[in-house]
Amino acid sequence: MISKEEFSTLANNGLWKQNPGVVQLLGLCPLLAISNNVVNALSLGLATVFVMAASSLAVSGVRNFVPHEIRIPVFILIIAALVTIIDLALNAFAHPLYLVLGIFIPLITTNCIVLARADAYASKNHPLHSTLDGALMGIGLTLVLVILGGAREIAGQGTLLSGIDLALGPATKDWVITVLPDYKGFLLAILPPGAFIGLGLLIAGRNWIDQRAQRRAQQAARTAVAQPA
Amino acid sequence: MNPVLQNALRTSVILFLFTLIGTALLAYTYRHTHSIIEKSAQAEKLALINQVLPKQLYDNDLLGAWRALPADPLLGTRKASGMWLATRDGQPAGVVLEAVAPEGYSGDISLLIGIDANGTLTGVRVTQHRETPGLGDYIQLSKSPWVLQFDGKSYHPDQDSLWRVKKDGGEYDSRAGATITPRAIVKAVREALKYFQLHRETLLRPQESGQP
Repeated sequence: MISKEEFSTLANNGLWKQNPGVVQLLGLCPLLAISNNVVNALSLGLATVFVMAASSLAVSGVRNFVPHEIRIPVFILIIAALVTIIDLALNAFAHPLYLVLGIFIPLITTNCIVLARADAYASKNHPLHSTLDGALMGIGLTLVLVILGGAREIAGQGTLLSGIDLALGPATKDWVITVLPDYKGFLLAILPPGAFIGLGLLIAGRNWIDQRAQRRAQQAARTAVAQPA
Repeated sequence: MNPVLQNALRTSVILFLFTLIGTALLAYTYRHTHSIIEKSAQAEKLALINQVLPKQLYDNDLLGAWRALPADPLLGTRKASGMWLATRDGQPAGVVLEAVAPEGYSGDISLLIGIDANGTLTGVRVTQHRETPGLGDYIQLSKSPWVLQFDGKSYHPDQDSLWRVKKDGGEYDSRAGATITPRAIVKAVREALKYFQLHRETLLRPQESGQP
């Protein structure tokens, strides 16, 4: 079983310290393409969580049978086969869900964060830990995607959750929130450059928070030395 | 045996085994899913077709009545596209044409155009486009009802000038700042109607073989 400390290390790594979206900067291809609104961002994020947990479990399960020299082709093989199986199975047995996530799943195969976690973590750790690591990395990426998607959607069209009726059915059409009424729209935010600029701001913001925390810690250490209680 | 060779042999056997297992799993999944997937893909296609050609107009197996259409400048196609022939009580009731508006702002816009036997439009839908999101994408029914203004329209050569956007003196709406997209679609629909009038006999004739 997994201990509480191990879990919080994994969570801290996936969500903050090693966040795939703003620290490792892996998986940017789908991140930049899909983050033009919240619904798309969340859909891709959830699909990524799912695929990463499953691929980390599979890779970790066979880690003792894979010679070091051929680990990359074997991992790619596993991930590609797994994603294809998930894609086919969702399409056949969970069609409504497939209509929402379907176009995103093949995109995930090209996402290098999946292979990166397979090689860096799952190939060396217990299946349970690896699955959690995959899922938490996916959640970290989802958080970045949703924040970026929300910011771009507000800046670009002045709404939130537009297109939710395409994901959850026509009944949810009035869930769409108009944040800025009579907004004329800001095209740059929706087009690809908006994704780069938005991601840049997010990375800067995260670094700023980290550095401020570091400075505070140093200051606290210094005062503690200067005035021994 | 030479240890290097032995190691190489061992690695390749392992890689081969993984490939074998992967292929077997994929083949197994495909076998058990492809008929279900095929069915839902057909249902989706039919649902889309029914948006441009109302169900009550025909009673044949529409998906089975598909045939290829050679590329034609009036359809905007550079390679073969297709059409579905709808019949009711054995009489031709209309067609659904796959056409392309080649003059979109960002390249081709794929269209599905339903025309009844008299040459009246029963519906137009955009099936694929790369127009600017938030600006030119109001041609999608999910974003705005713009595309519905074609319903019930038909083409007469002496009213050619009506087949333009209002800005150019015609009768079709467009939005300020995004006229290239609707202009392209209005033109493509007009050309497709011309195509229908030109080839009406051939298009409405039921064909045994799949050859146009």
